[in-house]
Amino acid sequence: MKIARERIGLTLVAAALIALPFVLASAGTAWVRITNFAVLFALLSLGLNIVVGFAGLLDLGYVAFYAVGAYVYALLASPHFGLHLPFWVILPIGAAVACLAGVILGAPTLRLRGDYLAIVTLGFGEIVRIFMNNLSSPVNLTNGPKGINRIDPFQLGPLNFSSSDTVIGLVFSGPIKYYYFLLLVLLAVIVINRRLQNSRIGRAWVAIREDEIAAKASGINTRNIKLLAFAMGASFGGIAGGMFAAIQGFVSPESFILNESIMVLAMVVLGGMGNIWGVIAGAMLLSFVPELLRYTVEPAQRAVFGKLLVDPEVLRMLVFGLALVLTMRFRPAGLWPETRHRRELGEDRV
Amino acid sequence: MSQVLLEARNIDKRFGGVQALKDVSLTIRHGEIYGLIGPNGAGKTTLFNVFTGLYPRDSGEVLFANAPLSLQSPHAVVAAGIARTFQNIRLFGNMTALENVMVGRHVRTRAGVFSTILRTHTERAEEAGIRRRAEELLHYVGIAEHADDLARHLSYGDQRRLEIARALATDPKLLALDEPAAGMNATETAALRGLIEGLRNDGLTVLLIEHDVKLVLGLCDRVAVLDYGEKIAEDVPEVVRANPKVIEAYLGASTA
Repeated sequence: MKIARERIGLTLVAAALIALPFVLASAGTAWVRITNFAVLFALLSLGLNIVVGFAGLLDLGYVAFYAVGAYVYALLASPHFGLHLPFWVILPIGAAVACLAGVILGAPTLRLRGDYLAIVTLGFGEIVRIFMNNLSSPVNLTNGPKGINRIDPFQLGPLNFSSSDTVIGLVFSGPIKYYYFLLLVLLAVIVINRRLQNSRIGRAWVAIREDEIAAKASGINTRNIKLLAFAMGASFGGIAGGMFAAIQGFVSPESFILNESIMVLAMVVLGGMGNIWGVIAGAMLLSFVPELLRYTVEPAQRAVFGKLLVDPEVLRMLVFGLALVLTMRFRPAGLWPETRHRRELGEDRV
Repeated sequence: MSQVLLEARNIDKRFGGVQALKDVSLTIRHGEIYGLIGPNGAGKTTLFNVFTGLYPRDSGEVLFANAPLSLQSPHAVVAAGIARTFQNIRLFGNMTALENVMVGRHVRTRAGVFSTILRTHTERAEEAGIRRRAEELLHYVGIAEHADDLARHLSYGDQRRLEIARALATDPKLLALDEPAAGMNATETAALRGLIEGLRNDGLTVLLIEHDVKLVLGLCDRVAVLDYGEKIAEDVPEVVRANPKVIEAYLGASTA
């Protein structure tokens, strides 16, 4: 009975997700793009959740792995080097390179925790961005601040992700195709996260977060397990970065500033550290609310005051900040926390 | 019975100018309860931390089960077969009792990232085995009914038991208990004593640091006494109790 109801629920959710882009497309393709970026941020949040939520290692430079993935894609599928590898070759390469970057960041910082780790990772994020900015001479690797453009879209046989196809009267635009692909990747990442969480590795991560010395004394090789958290998180960031490059068709260092790291971290914290669904909810909320404000604030002001008093951009950040403050005040463990974190932050004592 | 399980030779450990351990040698035999006592600051816990790899030693060597024990990393020591508990209980407070014990199985299991992600047959079988063993151990130490309670919600005595269960989950040859009776009332101490005796009867070797001299002398097969980082006695409890050096260490020298 319960299982049957669950199954019906799942089918409904799946149907809604499949129909969603067409509904959104009727309001404008921009909304499909916005949704795609929301899913992309959900992927990033899930990757960061492994490092921050599961293993308890505060990483403020997560966007670096996103950048690595994006640049790997850009370099291997653009006229910049004249390479045009297919995406299903590049995405794994991007994940592997990002994974390596994760290990490079992780190895020297293993002894650090909390604030100290946050500072080092923050520095790492900036270093990667500055590298991208300056690796244009003597050998022009990244094309510097100008970035790399004309990046190939995904191409799978005759299916081109940048053009529209019409199948039985339905228009599959480029963003809609990306939407379905992103959805599949998101599904895979959710499954991977859940499996890792309920395994000896997931338990080891939580044990390190809870008490590192006790974890060592219980036989956990904390060095390897922490490195694994960094590597896994970084790989997800790398894959998300590759898809970002393809969707955008253009990458430049500007896309990978500290703000992005903080945004992803805010999604994880706001949604509920450690809980996969909470993290996804956080990513969706922080992706959509600013866009909604962008589309409503200006018309609303004009309707009420007859002129524009406050720039929507300013108001967005204001509302955004307020939302974060209120969340931290009333739901310190996040909107939809992992039961364990809720206990930690004392919300079970109500 | 009298086969040697652990032999420490000439262990030295300094913290800056403080000589915490000075040329300490001792042997622990298979299947015995070996007590380590001494006044506060005598170096008991330091020796313990050296044995379990938390502190590097300055010199000396440790043989465990006839092989030199690498004391470089705590997890390697656990893998070799020495498990420990802490004086101030260190559990994973926000994990359930069962999960705490399951963490202890980590060192005896192998599933890696890929088999976990793919949920292979081996991984699932191993995971089921981990759970089964953890449940058995909770039952063994007598807190099976608290399996799904958070570790930090358990009573003090039960937390001690849980820590022992977690240590047992690593399949140790030597179980090292750092002041397990600290802060316990008489009933809890008696129950703990029963548990430790049960462990020995099941063939485990136990190293016990304890302040409760009565417990140590009543429970241990052999006892070593540390004072200012030096071993001043090592023998069966009756002999140690009568040793004038031990009495002096505990009560002070007669100055008359």
